[in-house]
Amino acid sequence: MASIAKHVESLGAYCITAMEQTGRTFNMLLQVLWELLHPPYRFYPIVRQMYFIGARSLTLIIVSGVTIGMVLGLQFYNILQRFGSVELLGAGVALGVIRELGPVMTALMVVGRAGSSITAELGIMRITEQVDALECMAISPDKFLIAPKVVAGLLSVPLLTMVFDFVALFGGYFVGVKMFGVAEGSYWNGMTDAVEWQDVRLGLEKSFVFGVLVTLICCSRGFYMHLTKAGSQGAEGVSSATTDAVVLSSIAVLFSDFLIGALA
Amino acid sequence: MNKINVQLITGIFVLFGIAAFTYQAVTIGGASIRPTPGYTLVARFDSISGLRVGGIIEAAGVRIGTISGIKFDPDNYKAIVNLRINEGVPVQQDAIVSVRTQGIIGEKYIKLSAGGFPELLTDGMEIHETESAVSLEELVSKYIFNSSSGSGSGNNSDAKK
Amino acid sequence: MTGNTPTTNAITIRDLVVDYGPRRILNGINLDVPHGQIMVIMGQSGAGKSTLLRCILGLKKPTSGSIQMLGTDIATASRKEIYKARKQIGVAFQGGALFSSMSVAENIQLALHEHTDLDEKTIQIMTRIKLDMVNLLEAENLMPSELSGGMAKRAALARAIIMDPKLLFFDEPSSGLDPSTAAELDQLILTLKKGMGITIVVVTHELDSIFKIADHIAVMKDGNLILTGTPQEIIDSTNPEIQGMLNRKPRETIVDTDAHLRRLTGDF
Repeated sequence: MASIAKHVESLGAYCITAMEQTGRTFNMLLQVLWELLHPPYRFYPIVRQMYFIGARSLTLIIVSGVTIGMVLGLQFYNILQRFGSVELLGAGVALGVIRELGPVMTALMVVGRAGSSITAELGIMRITEQVDALECMAISPDKFLIAPKVVAGLLSVPLLTMVFDFVALFGGYFVGVKMFGVAEGSYWNGMTDAVEWQDVRLGLEKSFVFGVLVTLICCSRGFYMHLTKAGSQGAEGVSSATTDAVVLSSIAVLFSDFLIGALA
Repeated sequence: MNKINVQLITGIFVLFGIAAFTYQAVTIGGASIRPTPGYTLVARFDSISGLRVGGIIEAAGVRIGTISGIKFDPDNYKAIVNLRINEGVPVQQDAIVSVRTQGIIGEKYIKLSAGGFPELLTDGMEIHETESAVSLEELVSKYIFNSSSGSGSGNNSDAKK
Repeated sequence: MTGNTPTTNAITIRDLVVDYGPRRILNGINLDVPHGQIMVIMGQSGAGKSTLLRCILGLKKPTSGSIQMLGTDIATASRKEIYKARKQIGVAFQGGALFSSMSVAENIQLALHEHTDLDEKTIQIMTRIKLDMVNLLEAENLMPSELSGGMAKRAALARAIIMDPKLLFFDEPSSGLDPSTAAELDQLILTLKKGMGITIVVVTHELDSIFKIADHIAVMKDGNLILTGTPQEIIDSTNPEIQGMLNRKPRETIVDTDAHLRRLTGDF
């Protein structure tokens, strides 16, 4: 009996922690918006973060984009061939990439590459009192540290998604047309006919949401590390906060992908 | 030096991303910065089930325009379809537009068949000869229950009513 | 007293209480820091020194009590007012807390870039003056990761005084340093007081430096301020706890060996 009560209690404690963290993340978004609306406006920090989140991820995105495109080309070809409608290959690859896989895969790549290091960076800044030092210099950490990252995430993830989509279409082209001999015209025309502006827009909207979501979750996990259990654990705390951030933002990406897809 | 490098690479990244976006939006997504020159005609159908805005208008198998709008006409319970016809494609007053399907389960599109009148339609005018979408289920049920309607065919010519 | 208005203090703390969950960290602290002098807050680890410092800096909201710092009540002030007050202070943290993504010079210039409209040339010169003061001119373009402990502390000090603050906080200036480097830092603190007339609050537990630099000493133990006074008053104090700290005695002398042994082994 007592042990059941204990389990219920720990479930309750977990829920409260989860609520607190969600609240802090949302609060951080409001802080960032407030700071963005107030001068001084500085652009170089955003460029720097875009370099880190966006430009440095480009190789990874291109490689994974081509691979995903090739995989899709291969699988769709195998399926479509059974129904004798390989001319739908271009449409299948393009719709799959532009509506779903492009935004989601790009966001997950950004989580793994940039998100984890954002959390680690902010966590280390927190435990080595660098955040306190900023506060004491009367420089708002929200403005100086968080806002450039969130804005850079908002801009970089859609740009990366577009690059991902672009190269994935060519990955599918390579497999479908060059390897299996699907007619080049039917691949590209199928694509052009099937993909509407709404599809491109849906992918774009998704990637904007993912960009903000990922950077925000990763920032708040690192920045508010001292308020969680991990805060008192030093280097180990940073590593567990980073793991948490990656897991959480990946789930957030997948779940919001479903939500946006369902609402659109 | 370092600072310039970061800016340069980020700039290239942004340009690359925007170029990829433009390619998708314009070439594949079919969004055009300027509407392609042409004129719009209107047609009323009994049923257009499956037809979408952005769909293709074909004549003799060649793409000659796009479906620019679909509305419902509450008075007559009909579908009003706006047809954007490319410039240089003449449509006669007695031309026939019909809703067709690519293959058995493919996309719906509109087929334009030339008429014989010398008078041509201009922007905003209506095509009266329309053939609605062929419903596979209707055809099948007709065949099974052997119930033939007055017209004898699955397609109704709206104009004669 | 060095000329500044002697009637008002740089910092006035009244009945400061801080609870952390059920634990009381600070238990009614009253402290005055006069202008232009060096106040040393001493005490053992866990006595509440750091919490007190964080409260004064506005990094931690106290449960109750008031903290007047340069005319602003930090305990109740809005974020904006706290930021305004902070522009007049400098803080050198224990580990230096230098921003690891910036060079030493960039670290020091940051406040100037953010809070002033000075041109790049002036900022360069001001940076080099401060670097020269802490004898760190050769480290201008190094990254924080390339600095030794003593250099990091000096760089942090240079960063803290870049805006010519009225009030300087120094957390553990000599911890983890070899004696000669520690002595160098103590000398630097004295120079800052004399040369710039800055009020300085130092938190430390290093006795050597305390008596070298302090004008006033506040002794903390278990969340209480047990004594404040000049160094001489502290030395003359008959309080056994203070004498224990000064003579660096272990926490208690073991008299009853048997009883102590039982305490360690339990009921065998």
